[in-house]
Amino acid sequence: MRKEEKLLLEAFESHEAQISLVYDESLNFDFATEYDYDLIFNRSVSYSRGINIVRLFEGYEIPCVNSSQVAEICGDKVQTSIQLHRNGVPQPKFKVAFSADSALEIIEQLGYPVVLKPAIGSWGRLLAKINDRDSAEAILEHKQTLGGVNHSIFYIQEYVPKNGRDIRSFVVGDECIAAIYRSSSHWITNTARGGSASNCPVTSEVEEISLRAAQAVGGGIVALDLFETENGLIVNEINHTMEFRNSITTTGVNIPEKMIEYLLQEIRC
Amino acid sequence: MINSNQPLNSQSLNHLSHECPICGGQVELDESTMLHELIECIDCGSELEVTAINPFFLSEAPTAGEDWGQ
Repeated sequence: MRKEEKLLLEAFESHEAQISLVYDESLNFDFATEYDYDLIFNRSVSYSRGINIVRLFEGYEIPCVNSSQVAEICGDKVQTSIQLHRNGVPQPKFKVAFSADSALEIIEQLGYPVVLKPAIGSWGRLLAKINDRDSAEAILEHKQTLGGVNHSIFYIQEYVPKNGRDIRSFVVGDECIAAIYRSSSHWITNTARGGSASNCPVTSEVEEISLRAAQAVGGGIVALDLFETENGLIVNEINHTMEFRNSITTTGVNIPEKMIEYLLQEIRC
Repeated sequence: MINSNQPLNSQSLNHLSHECPICGGQVELDESTMLHELIECIDCGSELEVTAINPFFLSEAPTAGEDWGQ
């Protein structure tokens, strides 16, 4: 239970709603068991566990936030990119390869530097900024030799200069409720990796691209990573179990309260 | 590997200070502390998980899995 879950529980206290905590580690699921829930709010820190639990509860036709479909799309960068592309939402150039040899080929096509990402993963982990061919060959060999199945999918993205910051925006339903700048001298600006947060005004541009991207992946409660470019904002990634501990005081927006209000509204619908 | 399932010195919910199972430093817990809550030891920086309450047990939090995140 992260600080986020505790803040969400505190936000629940002011509402007339009963809440049951379901710990994924102790859940023994079978369809012989009855579950009397109006809604499942997935906050599992594990993508695999969370998405399978949501699928199982959806098997009971219990609504889940986010749905397994949203989690599938957001949890996998290939799927995210497909949906952004299909919906005309701007994103960095990307290519996908399925062998080290073809990965090297498309890295050379994109031109250095490029960013190599695991298709599934978060918190800025296992990202590699590849500056030249020597680095590319070494990293690809390491991934091929040491990596698991997940690392045999090579998601390669153009490197977008960020001038030391990117934007994290928060979408709840059909509202972009807040945004922060994440600043770091390191090219990875995730706050989980030491990036610092400051308020970012929700301009019409931030709002418009955030809502479009959220809609492209199926809506619900999502957080988006945006890059500022000469041609406007582009969407880097979308998170379906967003963390927000560093963004409440920074933005002055009661993010957990907004999330709870949305969940209760979904139940009433 | 550190044996992290050590009972804490203090067993009362009202006690505010408990021993970190990693470094022995003092970790603040109180009535609002919840089962499975993650807490950072300010002395050694270890992430700890509250694996039992009343009485409290603190364990070293699991290492982040490859698919962990947000």
